[in-house]
Amino acid sequence: MGIKLTIDGKEVEAKNGATILQTARDYGIYIPTLCDNPALEPYGGCRLCLVEVEGMPKPTTSCTTPITEGMKVKTVTPQVERLRKTVIELLLSDHPNDCMTCERAGDCKLQEFAYFYGLRSNRFYGKRRQYTKQDGNPFLERNMDKCILCGQCVRVCNEVQGVGAIDIAYRGFDAKVCPSFENDLNCEFCGQCVSVCPTGALTGRIWSKKGRTIGIKEVETTCSYCGCGCQLNLHVRGNEIARVSSKPDNHNEGWLCVKGRFGYEFITSPDRLTTPLIKRDGKFTEATWDEAISYVAERFKKIIADNGPDAMAGLSSARCTNEENFLFQKFMRAVVGTNNVDHCARL
Amino acid sequence: MAGLVTVFGSGVMTNSVPETENNDVIFVIGSNTKENHPIVALRMLKAVKKGAKLIIADPRRIPLVKHAHLWLKQRHGTDVALINSILHVMIKEDLINKKFIEERTEGFTTAAAAVEGFTPEVGEKITGVPKEKIIEAARIYAAGKNAAIYYTMGITQHSHGTDNVYSLANLVLMAGNLGRESVGLNPLRGQNNVQGASDMACAPNVFPGYQKVSDDAARAKFEAEWKVKLQDKIGMNAIDMMYAAEAGKLKGLYIMGENPVMSDADQKHTLHALKSLEFLVVQDIFMTQTAELADVVLPAACFAEKDGTFTNTDRRVQRVRKAVNPPGNARDDSWIIMQLSHAMGYEMNYADMSEVFDEVGRLWQNVAGINYRRMEKGGIQWPCPTTDHPGTPYMFKDKFPIGKAKFSAVKFNPSLELPDDEYPFTLSTGRQLLQYHTGTMTRRVKAIDTAAHEAYVEINPADAGRMSIDNGAMVRVSSRRGSITLKAKVTNVPDVGVVFIPFHYSEAAANVLTNPVYDPICKIPELKVCAVKLEKIQEDKNHAA
Repeated sequence: MGIKLTIDGKEVEAKNGATILQTARDYGIYIPTLCDNPALEPYGGCRLCLVEVEGMPKPTTSCTTPITEGMKVKTVTPQVERLRKTVIELLLSDHPNDCMTCERAGDCKLQEFAYFYGLRSNRFYGKRRQYTKQDGNPFLERNMDKCILCGQCVRVCNEVQGVGAIDIAYRGFDAKVCPSFENDLNCEFCGQCVSVCPTGALTGRIWSKKGRTIGIKEVETTCSYCGCGCQLNLHVRGNEIARVSSKPDNHNEGWLCVKGRFGYEFITSPDRLTTPLIKRDGKFTEATWDEAISYVAERFKKIIADNGPDAMAGLSSARCTNEENFLFQKFMRAVVGTNNVDHCARL
Repeated sequence: MAGLVTVFGSGVMTNSVPETENNDVIFVIGSNTKENHPIVALRMLKAVKKGAKLIIADPRRIPLVKHAHLWLKQRHGTDVALINSILHVMIKEDLINKKFIEERTEGFTTAAAAVEGFTPEVGEKITGVPKEKIIEAARIYAAGKNAAIYYTMGITQHSHGTDNVYSLANLVLMAGNLGRESVGLNPLRGQNNVQGASDMACAPNVFPGYQKVSDDAARAKFEAEWKVKLQDKIGMNAIDMMYAAEAGKLKGLYIMGENPVMSDADQKHTLHALKSLEFLVVQDIFMTQTAELADVVLPAACFAEKDGTFTNTDRRVQRVRKAVNPPGNARDDSWIIMQLSHAMGYEMNYADMSEVFDEVGRLWQNVAGINYRRMEKGGIQWPCPTTDHPGTPYMFKDKFPIGKAKFSAVKFNPSLELPDDEYPFTLSTGRQLLQYHTGTMTRRVKAIDTAAHEAYVEINPADAGRMSIDNGAMVRVSSRRGSITLKAKVTNVPDVGVVFIPFHYSEAAANVLTNPVYDPICKIPELKVCAVKLEKIQEDKNHAA
């Protein structure tokens, strides 16, 4: 059977090996965290998840402490709240105060904690980290002065993506996340790191100034690239896609690849076809829908009348929807009258 | 897919992607999963982290090899010999599931006889894989309690692609690895809606739901729903269409969202065929190489601009939702088809796409239980016959659609064009991570095009050194069909004597070179093996050009 314990006076039960944090989450008890991610190994870096356990001399990190029988846990005490507030203050003491222009404003965990703890001024001040941007890659923007060293990007790249493109180099104040030898990032550009980053340290380059949270509508849909069928959330502002994200409760577990996450710009490409075109004397000329539809229908009808329906054929697409493919073959079979219809499954 | 239909009665992924993480043996053959199905690869890595053994059989050093316990580097086009040798070892060492073979299969004896000559020594000679590794692969696979196989076009794009599939089916049948969670045989689908386009019967021999056009009862059902007389004769497939166009028998072609000039084997032939048509209509979102040849081009909406559903690789029907408006006068493909239909005297009236899907459900039992209202909570995997059915994560639990699964006696046939003195290299083609298919979409994404701007040919360092080809130098690659000029990428991904070209780039289209010979059953072209030669382009020539 499971292990019984109490959290904030509530009797709870969980599997042997579970941590205090996991158990609390299962019972809807909130413990603040910055470095924890349920998809990644526990890390114990940010110290926000400190809780008091009866019999333990000091507060302990709930994300790395396994539960034991009869354990009594308190998640909110004056002492842990003071410690949490201090942690946030220390992080903010070396964080640029540029929420005004930050891509993540409104969707930043650090900003959120600063808000809840009412941290407008700071008891701590001193040297701040300065970094020069050096990324040549066109996908990810790294603003390392906003990095809080939660290590989620390092862990997701290693544990989930199996790439290990980055790690934490140097120690103490000099510690920073970077590729080996501080080279430019050269990876699969999946952007998993961007999706787990709690602050504005990592963002998508093409997201810049497309909109943050105000005026954004999220539309859940299915990716149109490979057969994985990942679920995407398109963040739409006006008639434009500002960015793409994915929710962890989907069958793709919230993970995406470079194409799914960053490959949507073709939608607004100036090369998009915007009007029907009819070729006359070897040159395409613009036409209205009425003209194009009746011209195509006449030509199809003539071929069918002169040569029979089997002189017509249709090639449909594995890129189009089920409904479009269904209608397409129905058109070829029921309207034209031929079974000459195929698609590109073989390629 | 025809291969799996013959063996099981249904040609789909037997498992679902989330089940992958509970595999204890993963056998990946002819699939560069990390680049072409990145999210499936993540589940594989998750399984490996949990202790699964990963076997890769691939002639190229694909990214997943880094995580593999065993890498079988077979020569291009020798998959049947490799699998037959593995089967030989399994039979000889008594690693087969006799109960499963007895109860659920037929034809074991002839299949076993066919692999008798494929000792690991013979296997090694044909495939180049050391016999110890063949034996080890057989033992690891057979020892798996939750073993699953994953494959893609590296298996199917051969003149003997169906044989490749048959031999993999033999492997799962001998091990009894079917009909349970996390065990099975999984063809990963390359495009977002290949499964759906097949299900919806954009195919010359069947109506939606794989119901044969020659079956009177099926035809009667569709005639009643559509209120029109339908043909019972099997139509032309895409390959036949091109030959019929060249012969002047096919006059009119309507292409929706396809770019055969780029994607088909032997571009010269495709161009000639399309130019021979009397009337070509192309409906697309961009002026593709194919659309350039059209008499009429109709502007369509892309996935973010319309409602509908896609069916992904594990039979999961999922919603596509409109997020933005299409540009200018571009319209949904469905609207265009309905308008055309109306102009030709047949009314298609649907208030929205959910009504179209409901019609599919009325005609095909396997999706009868799926509707837009249910899909609000997420995708549903077919078969799903009733609205209270939860969907089907894995197939063939109690029986196969054809009753007993069929073993096949599979002979090894080499690829049809092998290297010789004149064309000494084997060319393989495929995709890379950043670009997608014929590049019409990804090449219009600035970031992607910056990072993967140019066509290239991967050459092994030994070959490059011998021919004094530097990384980044321009080379001419020629086959019996034509030649292209592109940059050399010197890398140990391909083996010595092998080159690889991604087919995304129209300015150096790999399919200028590929061999238009086809699997006799599936009609899949042999895009994975043909013979080419390489020539270094001299500096001054390059300058003059």
